[in-house]
Amino acid sequence: MSIGIVMLAHTALHRAEQVARHWTKAGCPVVIHVDQIVSNKRYKIFTERLSDDPLVRFSRRHRCDWGTWGLVAASQDASELMLSEFEEVTHVYLTSGSCLPLRPVQELIDYLKARPRTDHIESATTADVPWTVGGLDEERFTMRFPFSWRRNRYLFDRFVEIQRNFGYRRKIPDGLTPHMGSQWWCLTRQTLASILEDPKRKTYDRYFRHVWIPDESYFQTLARLYSTNIVSRSLTLSKFDFQGKPHIFYDDHLQLLRRSDCFVARKIWHNADVLYDTFLTPKPGELSLQEPNPGKIDRIFAKAVDRRTRGRSGLYMQSRFPNEDWENGVTAAKYSVFQGFTELFTDFEPWLAQVTGARVHGHLFAPDRAHFADGQTVMNGALSDNATLRDYDTKMFLTNLLWNTRGERQCFQLGPNSTEHVIWDIAKDPNAQVSVISGAWAIPLFQSNRSFGELRREAAQLQKIETGMLDALRSPYSKCRRRIWTMAEFIESPMEAIQVIVDEIGSQPNRILTEAPRMVDLTGFGQFLQNLKNQGMHPYLMGDFPADPIAQNPVREVQRPRPYLVKK
Amino acid sequence: MGVVQRYGLRLRRKRWRFRAFRKRRELKPVSNRTDQIRKSDILLFCTVRNEGIRLPYFLKYYREMGVSHFFFVDNDSTDGTAELLAQQPDVSVWHTRKSYKRSRFGMDWMNWLLRRYGHDHWCLTVDPDELFVYPFCDSRPLPALTDWLEASSIRSFSAMLLDMYPKGRIDAVPYQAGQNPLEIASWFDSGNYTLKRNHLLGNLWIQGGPRARVFFADRPEAAPALNKIPLVKWHHRYAYASSTHMLLPRGLNYVYDEWGGEKASGALLHTKFLSTFNEKAMEELKRREHYAGSLEYVAYASGLQDNPELWCKWSEKYINWRQLEILGLMSMGNWA
Repeated sequence: MSIGIVMLAHTALHRAEQVARHWTKAGCPVVIHVDQIVSNKRYKIFTERLSDDPLVRFSRRHRCDWGTWGLVAASQDASELMLSEFEEVTHVYLTSGSCLPLRPVQELIDYLKARPRTDHIESATTADVPWTVGGLDEERFTMRFPFSWRRNRYLFDRFVEIQRNFGYRRKIPDGLTPHMGSQWWCLTRQTLASILEDPKRKTYDRYFRHVWIPDESYFQTLARLYSTNIVSRSLTLSKFDFQGKPHIFYDDHLQLLRRSDCFVARKIWHNADVLYDTFLTPKPGELSLQEPNPGKIDRIFAKAVDRRTRGRSGLYMQSRFPNEDWENGVTAAKYSVFQGFTELFTDFEPWLAQVTGARVHGHLFAPDRAHFADGQTVMNGALSDNATLRDYDTKMFLTNLLWNTRGERQCFQLGPNSTEHVIWDIAKDPNAQVSVISGAWAIPLFQSNRSFGELRREAAQLQKIETGMLDALRSPYSKCRRRIWTMAEFIESPMEAIQVIVDEIGSQPNRILTEAPRMVDLTGFGQFLQNLKNQGMHPYLMGDFPADPIAQNPVREVQRPRPYLVKK
Repeated sequence: MGVVQRYGLRLRRKRWRFRAFRKRRELKPVSNRTDQIRKSDILLFCTVRNEGIRLPYFLKYYREMGVSHFFFVDNDSTDGTAELLAQQPDVSVWHTRKSYKRSRFGMDWMNWLLRRYGHDHWCLTVDPDELFVYPFCDSRPLPALTDWLEASSIRSFSAMLLDMYPKGRIDAVPYQAGQNPLEIASWFDSGNYTLKRNHLLGNLWIQGGPRARVFFADRPEAAPALNKIPLVKWHHRYAYASSTHMLLPRGLNYVYDEWGGEKASGALLHTKFLSTFNEKAMEELKRREHYAGSLEYVAYASGLQDNPELWCKWSEKYINWRQLEILGLMSMGNWA
């Protein structure tokens, strides 16, 4: 027995020749179809170069445009020639000029010898697979496609549209169930001969001539009529990208291809000298006899498709600049924003850093500069603390910071003094976890010794800005996770609130906080607010503070008795 | 985009092409070896002025990458650049004494040569201090990339300008001819870039990096643009608009994905900040032949006098293209 190789070549004919000689050296006859677009001169040179090889034949040339009937006609003619010229051929393997056998030919022969009645052809019904690119799955069998998809995309699309609107449907010949799959098959002589000698072949050919991409469905459909045993898998390793175009293999894929244990790979870059040299030089020894296993290659190419279609979340760069709401993650990672906490607690930042292990910055959007953690003036990625640079594009400052520090939780402080508009970037980002103690900006005013008139003016302004910020956080466009307390609410039970926030950061799950941050002394704060009110400026964001002094230490350590707990 | 705007862009493109046509008289051939060019060759276009010291490495770098023919416009060099280039077997050189500024910073000359010789070739337009890197550039030659782009129906390939700088004073280590400039200027800023979209021409406008951080911190809007589209399957109707930052027709500027995915892209390692820089900055300051009244050089000159150190604690040291891809400065896209 032997295997007949049908090779469809259109470019890089020197490589086709090299591969053809490799097949014939192992005793496999080769029928080559050369695309009509190759000039007669080049074709002549090519045939002459191979004329010394008795196992090589050339079949009638067709024009093989992608997705047209020409490819099927070429395969038919070449297969017929193969079956009639070489009696001993039991299997016919369809390959292209840029295919490369990865394992010794003898292994393929042995593999097929062990499976004498098996047809290896990927063949699935259209309803069951999501392979099709461009949305035409079933319709490719029921419409007509007189215009080229490559060259006349506009007419192609319009014509499809018209047929859809008029409900035009072609009749599928009786007895056929459309199947499709990879065009690179390996069929037994019996199956192939049955297909080619079918009395109804004229009808089928007429039908498939106007199917879209018939090379992926003609043999795949007809094999189902005659084959006794179909293994729906191509022996050729061929990966497709998101546009349905084959991935190309280069020299650096050598190890991957070696380990894939596939018989033939498509498509090889014509200048990949290392690949051609390695796989076409017979190596002595080890027959692997393994089943093909292209798992690793699958993963690499699946990753490539994912990168091209979804990209890396939170990355903005020269070749990824998503429109708003198409970002697939506005920022690279979750982060926490605190407003009013550094004002209320004297040591909030170091305390939080210690408890959560996160990187805790000060006011990143402060008017003077970005207060990075540990007083740094430059952060990861050489991000400068300069306020002008930062405010030139605050959103990119934020996304850059989070991209540069991937893998490390970021926390920072915000306040009414922060750069305007940055609150909107944060509010619209689902990665943001925002905790606000509203009205806490009054504490630094309360502690300062400035003149009261000045304080009053500033308080009015800060209150106005913070109201706007809260509106942004509560707006219907807001996607962040937000927690807003009034100051009065918060100091009622600060530990509960802080526990929730720390749990959410989640670096040390289920950790019960033992040490609390130190709250500033609020004695007289109520009176301060009252004074503001007396001046006609009503501070409302901090909630209800009685004018008389409130409890000295509002962090209540005492456990309230819980009646539902049974004590031992 | 309305018809009027589209027609406006068409006129603009025609104007640039006409300028290029007019300026062709300024170029005097020194050595013209363009008859060697074969159909599938990759061509490189470059304007030089007194860059003799950089050229040996430049030529070696791009020859090894797979560039087959070089086109140089020598803008009145006095250091023997023209002679050095004329001796090279794969280089064609033109000479001009005319103003760099008035040829739109060399772009009129480039557009003319591209139009005359670049049609239907993959053309790389770079400066002598720019080293092009692309995904897999250590294992696949440039023709592998262009073949893939061609098969994917992509006509233009973006490569962001990445400013490289040495650690310590810029002039601390003297650069020798033939040396890899990355041995000295091996540091870069990895994550402080800002992007904006130019809605008229469709390109992205990238700023940032060490130049924005050190020289333009007070007026970031004046910081130099870093977006570049140096590799194009040229058609004689195309024209570079402003440096290689953008082209017309505007379809060529859509080198980025707008729906969340990543297209393939590379980087241009910009090795301007070598020991040769200070001298150059002073000269350019006198000539005033650079963009926007040599604003950049004015800023450098004042910045350089007090502290010519671009390096900071968070600078990254350049290793290879994979590092740039991981840092998100370039992408493999769906080329695997």
